[in-house]
Amino acid sequence: MSYIIDRRLNGKNKSMVNRQRFLRRYRNHIKEAVQDAVNRRSITDMDRGEQISIPTRNTHEPRISHGPGGKQTRVYPGNKQFNPGDELEKPQQGGGGQGSGQASNQGEGEEDFTFAITRDEFLNYLFDDLALPNMVKQTLARTKNFKTRRAGFVSEGTPNNLSVIKSMRNAHARRIGMGAGKRRKLKQLQAELEEAQHSDDPARIQRLEADIADVERRLKTIPFLDDIDLRYRNQVKVPMPTSKAVMFCLMDVSGSMTQDVKDLAKRFYLLLYLFLERNYEQIEIVFIRHHTSAKEVDEQEFFYSRETGGTIVSSALRLMQDIIEARYDENEWNIYAAQASDGDNWDDDSPLCAKLLHEHLLPAVQYFTYIEITPNDHQALWEAYKNVGKAFPAQFAMAQIRGAEDIYPVFRELFAKDQYQEAI
Amino acid sequence: MSQYISTDSDWTFELLQEYDSEIARVAAHYGLDTYPNQIEVISAEQMMDAYSSVGMPIGYHHWSYGKQFLATQKSYQRGQMGLAYEIVINSNPCIAYLMEENTLPMQALVIAHACYGHNSFFKNNYLFRTWTDASSIIDYLVFAKNYLRKCEERHGQDEVEALLDACHALQNYGVDRYRRPKPISAAEERMRQQEREEIRQQQLNDLWRTLPTRKQEAATKKQRQFPSEPQENLLYFIEKNAPLLQPWQREVVRIVRKISQYFYPQRQTQVMNEGWATFWHYTLLNHLYDEGKVNDGFMMEFLTSHTSVVYQPGFDSPYFNGINPYALGFNMFQDIRRICEHPTDEDREWFPDIAGKDWLETLHFAMRDFKDESFIQQYLSPHLMREFHLFSIYDDDTADHYKVDAIHNESGFRRLRETLSRQYDLSVREPNIQITHVDIEGDRSITLRHTQQDGMPLSGDTFEVLKHIHLLWGFDVHLESWDGDHMIKRMSCPSISVDL
Repeated sequence: MSYIIDRRLNGKNKSMVNRQRFLRRYRNHIKEAVQDAVNRRSITDMDRGEQISIPTRNTHEPRISHGPGGKQTRVYPGNKQFNPGDELEKPQQGGGGQGSGQASNQGEGEEDFTFAITRDEFLNYLFDDLALPNMVKQTLARTKNFKTRRAGFVSEGTPNNLSVIKSMRNAHARRIGMGAGKRRKLKQLQAELEEAQHSDDPARIQRLEADIADVERRLKTIPFLDDIDLRYRNQVKVPMPTSKAVMFCLMDVSGSMTQDVKDLAKRFYLLLYLFLERNYEQIEIVFIRHHTSAKEVDEQEFFYSRETGGTIVSSALRLMQDIIEARYDENEWNIYAAQASDGDNWDDDSPLCAKLLHEHLLPAVQYFTYIEITPNDHQALWEAYKNVGKAFPAQFAMAQIRGAEDIYPVFRELFAKDQYQEAI
Repeated sequence: MSQYISTDSDWTFELLQEYDSEIARVAAHYGLDTYPNQIEVISAEQMMDAYSSVGMPIGYHHWSYGKQFLATQKSYQRGQMGLAYEIVINSNPCIAYLMEENTLPMQALVIAHACYGHNSFFKNNYLFRTWTDASSIIDYLVFAKNYLRKCEERHGQDEVEALLDACHALQNYGVDRYRRPKPISAAEERMRQQEREEIRQQQLNDLWRTLPTRKQEAATKKQRQFPSEPQENLLYFIEKNAPLLQPWQREVVRIVRKISQYFYPQRQTQVMNEGWATFWHYTLLNHLYDEGKVNDGFMMEFLTSHTSVVYQPGFDSPYFNGINPYALGFNMFQDIRRICEHPTDEDREWFPDIAGKDWLETLHFAMRDFKDESFIQQYLSPHLMREFHLFSIYDDDTADHYKVDAIHNESGFRRLRETLSRQYDLSVREPNIQITHVDIEGDRSITLRHTQQDGMPLSGDTFEVLKHIHLLWGFDVHLESWDGDHMIKRMSCPSISVDL
């Protein structure tokens, strides 16, 4: 009368669609939370999910119900000392002495509705803001780099990997093999037939002709191409050879750089970091900040401490050069650098910067990006860097950034270059 | 020689089958009439899925179920909450989900509880027989899911979502309380849906006919009251009369209304349903124990869970969260049995018609023909009120003190019973709201009337709900709160509420 069914093997993600619907509805809240997380987390710590909190009043579904108040009588269990007519002090407002179902429905206590999103979802929301095309998002979210390599032939595969030559060769061999006996017999019969025609024995001729027809028929039934002939090119995934990279983050911290500008710069560094992380096994980050003099600092200080004073960009470039010489051999390390500034520089310093880049840094680095975060017109540094860009188009990119969505174009060049290399 | 069915605590499918057939045998002995059972073993993750779809095996997609899922997942992962041991669905065959994590005694408990307790309640209680059709619900849910999916394809996810949000807000006001529908099959349902759609398309809604009329006719029409009687099924009224809804939108309203109707009996029989199921898992497994089919270890584990299920903390306990329906229901059924088998003089005085009668027959009668409210009114005995130490508190929001109204003594029993019974009366628990007027000659606004009981105001959500009604109705919505014969508040959407 009862059927017992094992459903454990059925999919367990029946609620996935509904979950996605929920995330979609509260997209803006989640994006804000992700933005907060980006500002809070370290650059090297982007690769995990995040707890999202949404105020309960936003996720609340309204229903018609009784509000607090009115006159009501309710029954409770566990009387110990009360008698009819006893009066009890009401608890102070907010004490919530009555644990009845009614009261808890109204839950005035504003507890947030919290839930976790996965690493992939986190990155998705993060990239969303930066207006990255999907292809690039995939590249960034990729956990490890693989390359597919040919690895001989296998007997099972998808049609697109079918090797026609190999398959036909197999089929040919099989046809020869399967037909050898029959063909030999055919030859023999034909010889006998010839002999019989000479001896003029009609019954024998007829029998032989029938035999020949039978063998020929059987020869014809050997399939031209059979399943067992098919061969497919085998592809295996091999991890890409990876190596070491160092990323230099250079930033102007003079008084004119506000926290907003720094946060924008942080996004930019973050993208670069994520990109490098996908491509290199070991990454080190060097933070250099500068005003009139440059200093190597840790991440916290880099993003969140404030300085005042003028700006001499070349000081940072010099320090970078020193650090490269001391610690990062250019033959062993892939060197990337990202410089962020609001464009201010000491007037006489810009040509010096260009010269430093030109002679010392750009020959050593894989890629140097400069972003100028300013809504205003360009200044001397920009003009000086422009010429550098012309001389080193493969290694140097620069862009002016007004908002988060402008960050991507700088990257496009970087990725385009990457693909170009892979194609070779 | 031992004839135990098992001595281990690990379950296998063979053992489940064996327990099921033993329990079925004992259940038949006690006259439990059930639908066939379909017992499905699922994992914890699947249980969370089942949880978040309000126990429906198939549901249409909506963000609120996603929210439910995330909340369940979070509290489960943090260990704040264990998952239910089972979920049972009022369908034919009756589907019960068993968690794979349960031990064998737990599985036996769940089979007895869900597959024989709840199942027989679903099949025999008058509310379920009146309002639900167990054999067609799964088909209907499939129909609803596919229909909504098609709507999303045709009209976009956002539009369907907004419509569902609005319907959900009125879910509890989408049930018929008195009329009894004839059950129809899924195929019929589909055909009728198409018919309805065609007819609606063709029909010029009589309400909004704007043909010029003769003078005296116009004069009489001015008086015309629409609807002629107040309507309490808001969703039904909207489905049939909302002027601007598209045919597909009416169908969606209908789907939400139907599903709400399906759950309507469950909302009214929580104490009885859980009490009945708990009573039977207790009785059936004890019967097996008496027959020597299960050993002491089994019983110890079973009783541990059973005891925690029927535990009722006092009002001053930190664990107190209202009256535990399992505890109340279980003890009431136990108490009825006691009254039948071993009546005291008090019982004879209070329950002359059942004291000393056949307990099984009495119990089946009580299960069949009552809902929580009437069940408590009829059967809550002084004995049980004393055991629970029940007392009632009168809370007047204008007074500084709570007043103890009645306690478990001779003069308080009837008042207590009355009060507790009212607590389970849906018409008291939910505000009384009816559609009283549609201004069909004028601005087409709809007026809802809230009849206030005991001075209880509407919750702060109400304006949000009005917005949803406005979305469905398409014209102004007014909500008037009446206390006796004077209006105390009038709220309108879109516009501002007025305190009178």
